[in-house]
Amino acid sequence: MKFKKVVSAALIAAMAMTFMAGCGSSNSGGQASSGGQASSGGGDGTVFKIGGIGPVTGGAAVYGEAVKNGAELAVKEINEAGGINGVQIEFNYQDDENDAEKAVNAYNTLKDWNMQMLLGTVTSAPCVAVGEVAQEDNMFMLTPSGTAVDCVKYDNAFRVCFSDPMQGLESAKYIADNNLATKVAAIYDSSDVYSTGIYNAFAEEAENQNFEIVAAEAFTSESKSDFSVQLQKAKDAGAELVFLPFYYSEASLVLKQAAGMNFTPIFFGCDGMDGILAVEGFDANLANDLIFLSPFTPTSEDEVIQKFVQDFEDTYGGTPNQFAADAYDGIYAIKAAAEKAGVTADMSASDICEALKTAMTEITIDGVTAKSLTWETSGEPSKEPMVVKIANGDYAVVE
Amino acid sequence: MSGMKKMTKTTRNNLITYAMVILLFVIMQTLVSTGNVSSLLQGLLVPLCAYIILAVSLNLTVGILGELSLGHAGFMCVGAFTGAFFSKCMADAIPAAGFRYFLALLIGAAAAGICGILIGIPVLRLKGDYLAIVTLAFGEIIKNIVNILFIGRDADGFHFSTTDTRSLGLLPDGEVIVNGPQGITGTPKDSTFFISVILILITLFIVLNLIHSRSGRAIMSIRDNRIAAESVGINITKYKLMAFSISASLAGVAGVIYAHNLATLTAQPKNFGYNMSIMILVFVVLGGIGNIRGSIIAAIILTLLPELLRGLSDYRMLIYAVVLIAMMLFNWSPKAIEWRENYTAKFKRNKKEA
Repeated sequence: MKFKKVVSAALIAAMAMTFMAGCGSSNSGGQASSGGQASSGGGDGTVFKIGGIGPVTGGAAVYGEAVKNGAELAVKEINEAGGINGVQIEFNYQDDENDAEKAVNAYNTLKDWNMQMLLGTVTSAPCVAVGEVAQEDNMFMLTPSGTAVDCVKYDNAFRVCFSDPMQGLESAKYIADNNLATKVAAIYDSSDVYSTGIYNAFAEEAENQNFEIVAAEAFTSESKSDFSVQLQKAKDAGAELVFLPFYYSEASLVLKQAAGMNFTPIFFGCDGMDGILAVEGFDANLANDLIFLSPFTPTSEDEVIQKFVQDFEDTYGGTPNQFAADAYDGIYAIKAAAEKAGVTADMSASDICEALKTAMTEITIDGVTAKSLTWETSGEPSKEPMVVKIANGDYAVVE
Repeated sequence: MSGMKKMTKTTRNNLITYAMVILLFVIMQTLVSTGNVSSLLQGLLVPLCAYIILAVSLNLTVGILGELSLGHAGFMCVGAFTGAFFSKCMADAIPAAGFRYFLALLIGAAAAGICGILIGIPVLRLKGDYLAIVTLAFGEIIKNIVNILFIGRDADGFHFSTTDTRSLGLLPDGEVIVNGPQGITGTPKDSTFFISVILILITLFIVLNLIHSRSGRAIMSIRDNRIAAESVGINITKYKLMAFSISASLAGVAGVIYAHNLATLTAQPKNFGYNMSIMILVFVVLGGIGNIRGSIIAAIILTLLPELLRGLSDYRMLIYAVVLIAMMLFNWSPKAIEWRENYTAKFKRNKKEA
């Protein structure tokens, strides 16, 4: 018996070692090829290699997963339709656990795989870190959802989504223009770049508008289950409108807790609010009259969007959110820019980047997040947010 | 060979540890310069060095002093933020990157060391597991303080706030240096593999020499029998404090390396929270408590593992956990130790016969 135990322990250890050895050797294989590539400086010339980075494990996995699915759907469609100038696309998506350090590791992994263009990263803080290394390598980078200003500070970086300040600005203007309220409370996630970025721009613009912010309450990613304190303060301050610049999962809790304390102001959100009706166990009636800005509504009657939503539901089940939509548009934007610039699959990543930098500003695509979407040299997309209001448990676009 | 024999066993052991680090450095450096290393591994070199220093320094507290510290990431966080803050402020004033980085390292180490002393003075006087509890709290407190801290700079000097960037009241030309939960962005990338390896060697030199000095023996006697140590007149608090604050300031050095390797520095639960402290403790425990060389090896394997397992995509973290358990069994299960001893004995016998 003793012998058996000893042997089994040894076998476990041996198994662990083989795993490590196996990975080590596969890695060294990759090293050899990357070493060879360094001199020729390009892919193997038969496919375009597009890399993707985003969280698929950990707290932000929902967003990374959506981007992965959206991008894969677009890649599949493009490949079935003949690829970019007849060349197929290969897409490789790496996990970054929403961590800057891991994101750089993921980026390096993709570089070893001979990535030529990057769709990523999904979340803002990793995006800034990756942007720094991508700029050194002169790698073309298009982030589907990195909203922080610094994400596109270099000329090789572009984004599909709105920037944070722009959303804050638009929200403040919309509230003022439509005279929604004179006393506004804001609750925001101070540990999140997205949420703070929007809030800061919102607060700045509020000074020029005809309403005042009577309460500004922050929470952090570690304390996002109980909002009663923030809501109570907003209520005591007599707020008629509560501005919620964060994601729907927390927003659903805010709405539930506000209803529990008989606090019924107008709730106003940003694009992160999209998807709130799909939250499990959430009473959709609570969200009635919720207003938010969004680049994408799955219920839109637009043909392109309808097709996208249908295909997405067939492939992955569940309605796509704006992250999936941004990624889907991102891949098509890369395709359009690559065709415009006439890049070929045997070019090096740096040459492709140079070509795409100019081409990105010349293309116009009809995507699912906007009609006739164009880019400026600053990397910002030019698109108008739609205002969506929830009525009778469904999204409706307000013109 | 005769020279080797004349050396004491500890000297030989220490030399093997130094030689191992230098050998690894030479191998990696040759591979890098000949272009045989994947970019992934190249990017991991500097963080690896930081983790090695963390593991070695924690081993000083856990293995040599015999106290459990669960807040090592907190000291790393202090070092990282003070170092990065200094570098960011001085980026224009001191253009020489090497000198600036050297100062940043000193400042990071000093700040973390002072925190270690402040915590150590009251807590190390106590018996039992109090250090574990207090360091655990310290790690979380540091992380939360950094998360509410906003510091900006303009022509008038520094501005502090704990609410948001707008309340800093900066002039238009001012810049925000520490941006609350979003941390410090744009730290100069000063950490290089070469400097990091030198820092590992310095760390080893400090720790190994401390262990084998008079003070080191006093520290170990406290670990082994506090009452006996007290009875021969050893100042318990002094020696405990010495080991603990050295350990803390070395963690601060690791933090500075970490901060100067990434463009963004944020204090999240993942990199400076409780999980990170436990991660460092895992390096120490798996490498063998009190075994400095083991800590180095464990830090290397456990940092590389999740990255090398990327090929398994979804099963990556699952396999990682399984490997951790397997390694733990192999290292610490009495049966496994027995088997290893038998096996090495057999191996030695065979060698002699041959």
